[in-house]
Amino acid sequence: MESDNKFIVSVSPHITSGRSTRGIMLDVIIALVPALIAGTVIFGLRSLLVVGVCIASCLAGEALFNLIVKRKQTIGDLSAVVTGLILGLNLPAAINIYPAVIGSLFAIVVIKCLFGGLGKNFANPAAAARVFMLIAFSNAMSVTAEIKPVVDAVASPTPLAVMKGGVGTLPSLIDMVLGLRGGAIGETCAIALVLGFAYLLVRRVITWHTPVVYVGAVFLLSWLIYGSFETALYQILAGGLLIGAIFMATDYVTTPTTDLGKVVFGLGCAVLTVIIRRFGAYPEGVSFSILLMNILTNYIEKATRRKPLGEVKA
Amino acid sequence: MPNRLFGALRGVHVPHRKNTALMPAVKMDPPSSVVIPTVMHIGAPAKPIVKAGDKVAVGQLIAESGGFISAPVHASISGTVKKVEDIVLSNGRRAPAVFIESDGEMRPYEGITPPKVESLAQLTEAIRASGIVGLGGAGFPTSVKLAIDDISRAEYFVINGAECEPYITSDTRTMLDYTDLVERGVRRIVGYLNPKAAYIGIENNKPLSIKTLSQRFTGDKNIIVKSLPPMYPQGGEKVLIYNTTGRIVPEGKLPLDVGVVIMNVTTLANIEMYIETGMPLVEKLVTVDGSAVKEPKNLFVPIGTRLRDVFEFCGGFKEEPGKLLYGGPMMGTAVPDLDAPILKNTNAVLAFNRKDSEVRKETPCIRCGNCVNHCPMRLNPPAIAKAYNNRDGASLYKQRVNLCMECGACSFICPANQPIVQRHKLAKLVLREWQDSMKGV
Repeated sequence: MESDNKFIVSVSPHITSGRSTRGIMLDVIIALVPALIAGTVIFGLRSLLVVGVCIASCLAGEALFNLIVKRKQTIGDLSAVVTGLILGLNLPAAINIYPAVIGSLFAIVVIKCLFGGLGKNFANPAAAARVFMLIAFSNAMSVTAEIKPVVDAVASPTPLAVMKGGVGTLPSLIDMVLGLRGGAIGETCAIALVLGFAYLLVRRVITWHTPVVYVGAVFLLSWLIYGSFETALYQILAGGLLIGAIFMATDYVTTPTTDLGKVVFGLGCAVLTVIIRRFGAYPEGVSFSILLMNILTNYIEKATRRKPLGEVKA
Repeated sequence: MPNRLFGALRGVHVPHRKNTALMPAVKMDPPSSVVIPTVMHIGAPAKPIVKAGDKVAVGQLIAESGGFISAPVHASISGTVKKVEDIVLSNGRRAPAVFIESDGEMRPYEGITPPKVESLAQLTEAIRASGIVGLGGAGFPTSVKLAIDDISRAEYFVINGAECEPYITSDTRTMLDYTDLVERGVRRIVGYLNPKAAYIGIENNKPLSIKTLSQRFTGDKNIIVKSLPPMYPQGGEKVLIYNTTGRIVPEGKLPLDVGVVIMNVTTLANIEMYIETGMPLVEKLVTVDGSAVKEPKNLFVPIGTRLRDVFEFCGGFKEEPGKLLYGGPMMGTAVPDLDAPILKNTNAVLAFNRKDSEVRKETPCIRCGNCVNHCPMRLNPPAIAKAYNNRDGASLYKQRVNLCMECGACSFICPANQPIVQRHKLAKLVLREWQDSMKGV
């Protein structure tokens, strides 16, 4: 019977688009390279060390976890690299190495692996880790000096802290766009981040919905609340809004899949960000907002379900 | 018309690979023997009326229709019936098949005469006798489609020439090489149905077909050749109906319920051929292609010819084939062996080399949403997966997995190589079980 039954039998379709999870992760990494370069130029070579440590810790954390629970090794999909890279870019260049390692392990092991690995976590690992570190290592997260910066701007406190009534002077808008201001390694240079955004759009890795709605709504709401066009501009260029909107609020796993859902998600993030920045104890609210919206993702997804073509309600 | 901005159906851009588009169909040398299954359509098997030792000629009835939704089967070569025996088809169905050994003459059956067709009822009767089924792939008996009690219900007549599957060019060649038949067929059915409009939908990657047919119907206000963007699955029945007439076929309903009669262009040409010559469906225009095939061709193949003979006529294999397909790579069925026969609804047979046949490894779903955003039916595969994994019939119903036409756009675009179509096929079984259990309560 089984004479020349040597042909592969599988269910259609028999061709694929060639996209892979690894390829998508690689695209995200490429899109973050401009921000990494800008951060290194602005804050010095130590930026590379911090980001490198985060990536290495994430990879090691995931590899070890898989080893211990006897799961198949998954670090080849590069998602741990993306997590480490984004987290590293969200840390100040002058941070101690130990908090960076602990934060990375928290992101990978607690937020991702314990929930079942890639695709199963409900919260964005980098956003969750940043929030965790803000609370657990508040001093380490706000160190600014020590490192001799390439550009003087670094020694100053972050613009959001200044706007919140802290001491210091606001950098010019030009400096804000270029990223010549205090802050985390990868969050300051708007040009580099927008470049990454454009790359992700061209490669069709993400759609415009979340980032454009998130940033646009923060701008409009700030304009409304502060009554100043200029302050609104500062608000969207300051803090982690751009890196958050482009790279963290678009994380596939933890955000809605439908276009309308993405709009709702971006809008929700924007409202929370503006509220936290204006009324909260912390000057920054992007990571908190994304984290809070992550929790709602499932509900947004359900509420924005598209009606199947020809659906008839029974 | 569908609203282009908000109502447009999504799909995926598949590679075209229409390598054989410029190759007019040639007749294959008659094979030394054929295996003709009695099930090459949706519905009841035909009943064999011949036995071992009987002499048969081309076009002679060898199995009669087994019910309303069924179709008769005719001999595709002349010769001697060797045996009538059950075979297992690639879809797993077991049914009798008629094995015929050729006398090498391809002698037509003397009883062949053109049927008398002057009304829709006579047309339907003629199609029933011709054994013609949906040749676009579905294999639904065409006569059933045209058995319309009240022709005022047929507001639109849609002819499917989209041919959105990669590789396949048999519809293209039908439109180019048998333009006369297509034209007369369209005019005939338009004459009987008298619809508001007839649309011939063709993807714009076939400019020659569009041009050729447009020229034939320049003077007709109500027969419109519609150039469509090459967006897979443009040729899906519900997709094409929506993109030509703007109508949505509700779940559980037929196209006629929204005023549409739809037919594949090759089916139409074969109907016209039958009416003009009386020769039933015994031969199929088949695209033979794929990375393992030496000389890709468009071929006229007697139904029942083994794939082995078809590939041999195309110079054999230049590489060891890893996978054989009935139909295109998006919806085609994998065939386990070279002895499988050409069926009525076979529009292509493809053979891929080992490398192209590899099944890519599945990785975890990363919720990228590609499947959700490219589904022409607007389904949500991750939600269906969740419901299926929980064997949750109620949720599967809510997600309308029954509406999935298994076009494969989701699996094609999935970066994690999730077996989405396969899961949906299984989920439909779970849903049916649940629905049956609900009826019992």
